[in-house]
Amino acid sequence: MFRRFLLLFVSIVIISACSSSEETATIATDNFDRSALLVNIADNIIIPAYEDFSNKMSALKTAGEIFTTTPNQTNLNTLRASWFVAYKTWQQIEVFNIGKAEEIQFSFYMNIYPLTVKDVEDNIANGSYDLNSVNNQDAQGFPALDYLLYGVADTDATILEKYTSAANKENYKKYITAVLNQMNTLTASVTKDFKAQRNTFVNNTSNTLTGSVNELINDYIFYFEKRVRAGKFGIPAGIFSSNPLPEKVEGFYKNDISKELSLQALTAVKNLFEGKYYATATTGVSFKAYLIKLNRADIATSISSQFEAAEAEINKLNNSFSIQINLDNTAMTKSYDELQKAVVLLKVDMLQTFNVSVDYVDADGD
Amino acid sequence: MLVNKIKYNFKEQTSAAPLAIFRLFFGLMLFASIIRFWTNGWIEKLYLAPSFHFSYFGFSWIQPIGNYTYLLFIICGLSALFVAIGYKYRIAICTFFLSFLYIELMDKTTYLNHYYFISIVSFLMLFLPANAYFSLDAVIRKKQYQQIPRWTIDSIKLLLVIIYFYAGLAKLNSDWLFRAMPLKIWLPSKYDLPFIGENLMQQNWFHFAMSWSGMLYDLAIPFLLLNKRTRFVAFLFVIFFHVFTRVLFPIGMFPYIMIVSALIFFDASLHDKIINFIKKYILKSKKTVLIVTDFHFSKVKRNLVLAVFGVFFAIQILLPWRYLMYPGELFWTEEGYRFSWRVMLMEKAGSTNFKIVDLESGKYFSVHNTDFLTSFQEKQMSYQPDFILEYAHFLGDHFTKQGHKNVGVFAESYVALNGRLSTEFIDKKVDLYQQKASFKHKKWVLPFQSKIKIKGI
Repeated sequence: MFRRFLLLFVSIVIISACSSSEETATIATDNFDRSALLVNIADNIIIPAYEDFSNKMSALKTAGEIFTTTPNQTNLNTLRASWFVAYKTWQQIEVFNIGKAEEIQFSFYMNIYPLTVKDVEDNIANGSYDLNSVNNQDAQGFPALDYLLYGVADTDATILEKYTSAANKENYKKYITAVLNQMNTLTASVTKDFKAQRNTFVNNTSNTLTGSVNELINDYIFYFEKRVRAGKFGIPAGIFSSNPLPEKVEGFYKNDISKELSLQALTAVKNLFEGKYYATATTGVSFKAYLIKLNRADIATSISSQFEAAEAEINKLNNSFSIQINLDNTAMTKSYDELQKAVVLLKVDMLQTFNVSVDYVDADGD
Repeated sequence: MLVNKIKYNFKEQTSAAPLAIFRLFFGLMLFASIIRFWTNGWIEKLYLAPSFHFSYFGFSWIQPIGNYTYLLFIICGLSALFVAIGYKYRIAICTFFLSFLYIELMDKTTYLNHYYFISIVSFLMLFLPANAYFSLDAVIRKKQYQQIPRWTIDSIKLLLVIIYFYAGLAKLNSDWLFRAMPLKIWLPSKYDLPFIGENLMQQNWFHFAMSWSGMLYDLAIPFLLLNKRTRFVAFLFVIFFHVFTRVLFPIGMFPYIMIVSALIFFDASLHDKIINFIKKYILKSKKTVLIVTDFHFSKVKRNLVLAVFGVFFAIQILLPWRYLMYPGELFWTEEGYRFSWRVMLMEKAGSTNFKIVDLESGKYFSVHNTDFLTSFQEKQMSYQPDFILEYAHFLGDHFTKQGHKNVGVFAESYVALNGRLSTEFIDKKVDLYQQKASFKHKKWVLPFQSKIKIKGI
């Protein structure tokens, strides 16, 4: 009897030692092919989007160089146009907070708004600054260019004066160059890294905290909830404060693009959900397909139609959210409410269906 | 045992070895649990990082004590070790019980049935002569008792029987048996398990087979363990079941604790062999301690302990049924859900956001939950009404203190249960700041609306 127990005990130890492999990854080919999902997202969405953004970023950098060499109205206009094009494309990639982008906090250096104008002006006045510093995250990226190209003075003529005749014009030009270099370097590094890591990303299909699907879904929902719903709508509309804060809209200085930028972001969110190839009409394996595979077409359609409802509500808004907030803030909060409904569907219904690991704590099913 | 309970002989004596082995293994498992908790960084993550803690009703005065919380865990871990070796047993188990209880009461976010199990088993052990035999205490006092009252060992068996049986009863509901929920959600997501992940885990029949066999296992295993003829096979089941659940679910040390606990059902001959084995190969000691045959409680003490145990077991048997006194769906309102051996029954998730309203002007703003809660706390808060209420009061107090006037706190909450679509959970017109915490039915939890009802116990 006792010998049988000893044998049993040894085998338990062996079995459990072999099975408590919480972080090992094996390639899954069950009913739903997660690898195919990751391949579609990597090859047809992330990489083309990164490449497109990289190109627009280099074009923006070139336009910046031309402007800083010859600051005139024409070159200012070209730079501004190039900035807007890149800013719109940025909305397509901010959601991918994975790999290098997550590691270096890419989006914190590209698009933290509202901008801290004082930091920007202090940096320019001092002439020396470290843009890699966390303290300067709110003094660079697209919002800094927004300010430097539109908000640094009241009219185009006075803006140009900053770069042509002001006492510290060299510092202003230098700052534009520095900001553009920083953005371009980071973009190049993120793009290059993702391409290099592509296979690792695609093959990491385990259901652990660090599995690609899990990371992607968690970042996706986080981005939609915090950066789109709250950042672009809720915070400026005063949802989280006693009064509306119209100065906290995206693209505050150009002041007629916050709607366009938010629609771009929403489209990116929707396209990722539906597995739509970047900039083409083809669709591939997606979260939506995964839901349908798990017999939850009801959730899949609810989410798609909720995105559309939100889009319809946003389309009613003024091109400038700050104008919209001052004019009629309830329209803004309506858009927020529609986005919030989508958050619930993604965060509660979709996450429950996928049952992805989000935290590592003991649980016994509550 | 249950059947002939009426003519149970409280004077009968039995070998002390099973209780000694139970003490040893149980203590070691607890010690390992504390070490594991610490090395996973959970003391920091669960007790020190959060700025706000969810308290059990009436226990809000029990809070983490800063960096001394580590000291608390050291005390708890060391006392578990002392229990295991049976050194200063009475003080050790008392220290363990109190420190562990304190840890559990610090934040109910971490409530798990198996922590509750450890608490009540250590409560029982406060009264048991678990150091009578094969303990350091016995070596020191140079005598050990080979025989102890049989009811002391049977009390632990009874508790295990209640736990398994009630866990089985809780599975007698339509979601578990006829929708295979929540296993149907959980098992397919284990696709990355070797061998079975890609096929077995994805099969509909397998989800149902697991649900039904889990239910049958829980209901039958206590009786199979009690019966001498089925005991060994039953123990194999215990091992298989718990190791399998360990592989599937993040339930930590619990499976191992249950496996070693189940050893107590065996005859003393097995425990004697384990003790001899330990003496021979681990302690390498030939020292024999003088054996005094019998341990007896004094009559007064025995009656006192039996009275305490009587009340204790009455509570254990009745408490899981308290949910019947509440209207509404148990899984939805969770009124009477805890402390009832309802394990692994629900996949529930929610999204709950709060508005702070100036009741006079009607102006309001929403709260970022992440400003006050960790992601784990937010997750747990989002679908449990008592958490929602406690947090609403915390927010009300917080913003009143900040100088806001006429504060009202309203929740917008959506919850999904066992694969149903999410629906509204809390009445958003009710000012939660005005609702008092109590054990009464919470009228501001909206009724369970899904067409797929849950029927059963």
